[in-house]
Amino acid sequence: MKFTLHVWRQSGPNARGEMKQYEATGVNPDMSFLEMLDVVNQELIARGEEPIAFDHDCREGICGSCGIVINGVPHGPRRRLANGKIEAKTTCQTYMRDFTDGQHLWLEPWRAGAFPVIKDLVVDRSAFDRIMQAGGYISANTGGAPDGNAILIPKRDQEKAMDAAQCIGCGACVAACKNASAMLFVAAKVSHLGILPQGQPERAQRVVRMVEQMDKEGFGNCTNYMECEAACPKEISRQFIARMNRDYLWAQTQDLETTSSGGAG
Amino acid sequence: MNLLVKPVRSSLGKKYAMAVTGLLLIGFVLGHMAGNLLIYLGPDAINSYAHALKSNPGLLWTARIGLLLVFVIHVLLGVTLALENRAARPQRYEYDATLRASWASRNMMLTGLVILAFVIYHLAHFTLGVVTTTEDNKNYLDLVEVKQGLKTYVPEPSLNLSQLDPNQVDARHDVYRMVVSGFQIWWVSVSYWLAMAFLGLHLWHGGSSFLQTLGLNSFRYASVVRLIGPLLAILVVIGNSSIPLAVMLGLIK
Repeated sequence: MKFTLHVWRQSGPNARGEMKQYEATGVNPDMSFLEMLDVVNQELIARGEEPIAFDHDCREGICGSCGIVINGVPHGPRRRLANGKIEAKTTCQTYMRDFTDGQHLWLEPWRAGAFPVIKDLVVDRSAFDRIMQAGGYISANTGGAPDGNAILIPKRDQEKAMDAAQCIGCGACVAACKNASAMLFVAAKVSHLGILPQGQPERAQRVVRMVEQMDKEGFGNCTNYMECEAACPKEISRQFIARMNRDYLWAQTQDLETTSSGGAG
Repeated sequence: MNLLVKPVRSSLGKKYAMAVTGLLLIGFVLGHMAGNLLIYLGPDAINSYAHALKSNPGLLWTARIGLLLVFVIHVLLGVTLALENRAARPQRYEYDATLRASWASRNMMLTGLVILAFVIYHLAHFTLGVVTTTEDNKNYLDLVEVKQGLKTYVPEPSLNLSQLDPNQVDARHDVYRMVVSGFQIWWVSVSYWLAMAFLGLHLWHGGSSFLQTLGLNSFRYASVVRLIGPLLAILVVIGNSSIPLAVMLGLIK
């Protein structure tokens, strides 16, 4: 197969970027998208040119490192599966057979003010890390391992929490959102801990602090386009955003800071 | 004070304000439409309703000022959010694609601003009576019904409401004739239909969106929540657009 690539090239965080055209020839239909880029990069290196920088790690669709906007869609255009559902996948799980021979492909990094470009297709997603540090944790005692199943968790809660915990933090929701909003990511993280009993002690602070940090990072507001849900490789539902909206309102009725000066020592 | 300001100024706080003001405006749109539809029950129904609304200036102006406040918050906050959202993506995509978002959801700003323009035009038209006049060149506000006998009000073509002393003559504004003569002008009817199309698009997205924003959505109710906006839009568009249509077809005269 043969493709014409239009790739965003930017040599550094403060450099001016531009779209550059490359030809990818002799592409095997069963190559993954990243393998195709590997081949193009080998040719670039052989010609003495700078290879295209892109993020990747596990190449198994579970780590959340990779992410390229291909023809306007984060992680690439998605096929309708035989069962009628739209395929959910990461860039590394995109295969060249999904495209047509001779197709023009536009490759761009995640576009968001909160995700500055480091180089070419690589963006800095540490805004997500700072949101996690603001409240995406629970406090647990160290020491001997507690008995398994000592805390009973209804199956419906387990499953819902796990649906939210599927989020791999890739940032496709931000890239897909017309407002570059991070609501789906934050909602998934708030819900995944907030639904479980272990997450209750910090539940109110968590949602307030994570939303606060999200705003500080300069992500946009949610307009309920649901582009995030459509682009999410882990099919995180919009219902977690509604749940976060409820949780944030409820948190306003809670004491968020310690007001007494401590108890008996 | 900080306790209050922080949540209100957060991204979620602004969204709640949009949702709550939007809900209040939906309530107004439905109430206003219900009042409009009284025209099908004849002149007496709609004219007594209008008279009842206007007979208590205290209540009338409280409602008007409240409504104005809600409207202004909704518009200003909407524009603010739209500007913030644009700023959140300084570098646009070269190749822009949309996966799911409806046209209505992506153009809330456009449809909203058209509705704003329509509201100003609508107020000038029927509340101030400065856009068009009746066939015999009278201001709509001067159309009067005068009480004859105990019950019946009869249209009085030669009198002006502004020149009547309410203590001397039992007269009321003839809203029925105002609406009929207003919509007999074809371009007025067309402009109202266009405005209703934009209002419909705005409600199509907003009617479901406010529930999601207020957290009133869940896996259980998702299919219902998704339908509310479109149903609301269809109801309002058909209800309101039917009145100019009925006038144009001569069903109301």
